[in-house]
Amino acid sequence: MASKVIQALYTDDDVLMHAVKKVRADHHHIEEVYTPFPVHGLDKAMGLEDTRIAITSFMYGCLGLAVAIVMMNYIMIDDWPQDIGGKPSFSYLENMPAFVPIMFELTVFFAAHLMVITFYLRSRMWPFKKAENPDVRTTDDHFLMEVGIHDNEDELTALLWETGAVELKVTEKES
Amino acid sequence: MYTFSNRLKIGSFIAMAVGLIFLAIGFISAPSTVEEAKAIVAAAHDDGHGGGHGEVNAHEGGNEGHGASTAHGEEAAHDASHDEHLLHQLQNRPWSALYVAAFFFFMISLGVLAFYAIQRAAQAGWSPLLFRVMEGITAYLVPGGIIVFVILVLSVLHMNHMFVWMDADVVAHDKLLQGKAGYLNPTFFLVRAAIFLGGWIFYREYSRKLSLAQDESDDNTNFVKNFRWSAAFLVFYLITESMMSWDWIMSVDPHWFSTLFGWYVFASMFVSGITVIAMISIYLKSKGYLENVNDSHIHDLAKFMFAISIFWTYLWFSQFMLIWYANIPEEVTYYIARFQDYKLPFFGMLAMNFIFPLLVLMNSDYKRVNWFVIMAGIIVLLGHYLDVFNMIMPATVGDQWHIGIPEIGGILFFGGLFVFWVFNTLTKAPLQPKRNPFLEESRQFHY
Repeated sequence: MASKVIQALYTDDDVLMHAVKKVRADHHHIEEVYTPFPVHGLDKAMGLEDTRIAITSFMYGCLGLAVAIVMMNYIMIDDWPQDIGGKPSFSYLENMPAFVPIMFELTVFFAAHLMVITFYLRSRMWPFKKAENPDVRTTDDHFLMEVGIHDNEDELTALLWETGAVELKVTEKES
Repeated sequence: MYTFSNRLKIGSFIAMAVGLIFLAIGFISAPSTVEEAKAIVAAAHDDGHGGGHGEVNAHEGGNEGHGASTAHGEEAAHDASHDEHLLHQLQNRPWSALYVAAFFFFMISLGVLAFYAIQRAAQAGWSPLLFRVMEGITAYLVPGGIIVFVILVLSVLHMNHMFVWMDADVVAHDKLLQGKAGYLNPTFFLVRAAIFLGGWIFYREYSRKLSLAQDESDDNTNFVKNFRWSAAFLVFYLITESMMSWDWIMSVDPHWFSTLFGWYVFASMFVSGITVIAMISIYLKSKGYLENVNDSHIHDLAKFMFAISIFWTYLWFSQFMLIWYANIPEEVTYYIARFQDYKLPFFGMLAMNFIFPLLVLMNSDYKRVNWFVIMAGIIVLLGHYLDVFNMIMPATVGDQWHIGIPEIGGILFFGGLFVFWVFNTLTKAPLQPKRNPFLEESRQFHY
């Protein structure tokens, strides 16, 4: 990671998309892009890998299903198989329809909540976290692209002006 | 313009011919007397465990002793009524095989009609490219609906015993059926069926006419008209579809009732219809006729297949679990019959209609792989055939069911007719509408 970065501000997501494509075509490394809202196709233009969060969610769902089955089997069948209103507590399968609502809900519960927690962990979000925002305008109506500088400041500046940037700023990257 | 490929045409004719022969074999080999019925069952048992005649007798009489020759008068009377019951079940088998297959293919085109009306009423931007495919499939509504109607008329004329409430003798001894006679009587039954079919066929023909007129016109009045008719049709459809499911399917078990049955049948026809749209679109695309249909359209259809499969399972389970849980004798017999005599089709259907599409169509990438969608579609269609089979057969043939010559004959005949009629209609109009307001959006659709 470059210690010095150049921050280019844009006012339009279309211009930003073209700029991202051009910068990548010129083989410069884009460190980060800050936008006020999701820009459709930006991840593809930046060449980011697909998210795997859906796969984690599927596995969490399987875990939730297993938890429900083991729990209901232990409580209702193994531990104390009472006759409750004539329901057949002889085996799990015989009484399964009664457990399906719980199996379903726990599957969804695990899949949803653990996936959200995974998302928070992976994107480093938590309460009292210091906001990583190079320019406050990027949460309102500006788009910011951050490109690392490797002894090519002049060339990069010219390129970024050319892509329609409204403002350029060279800063030391924190940490 | 689409040209009907010769191989497909010949294939559909062969399927129809073989299906007709199989159905004829089914009807000819059905017994006409009690003795024949007993012989058929005895032969089936001999195949099973090589037992002698005595064993068969014992089995039929419901006695425990072998070679029951000491039957009391009461038991003899019971035997006679049992034998007659058996005869009716065996006679019903080819009729039920015919009816299940006729209804299955009819319900596919009705499900597509509902999907089509929803796409029009919702002004969906992705689907106009597929409208002609859907219109082609709904064309089968006319021959398929007429055939189903004819089968119902023949049932009213006592050609078979599929609907017991049509038998005046039975009703005379059955308080429950007498109570329902205000609704379940042959005249009103046929009048209702005619109204349902008339309404559906009218909407289909009129919407198709407007759709073709829109291509040639220079404003959007036809499109707007079609939008209004589609919205009105959906109201009509929801009411009539529910009543149709009581009439045509639930009334084979006239002692039994379920409130969400109409929705359940709807989910089954909806998912089969969407599956067939996807399969025919993929087929036409592979032959180069739908160049503007891309993987995103297929992806959307596969998403519908996935979601409605789960919706079907939700309704199946809701109906089953409520009845299983409360275990009220008058309701639960429906499932007891299926659990005892239909274990494999009943639970096999659940695997094919739920677990298989759930696992296969969950992945977003797989929904774009065309052969994957075709493979899932075949399983889903077979599963929903079994679904109709499980709804009709236990009431008409009971434990005398098989998936043998008459059943396969029914599938082949109506499958052939369906393919012939649908693809023949596809040749009648260009496969891409010319000036639908959403056409450009659909052409560029990308997910």
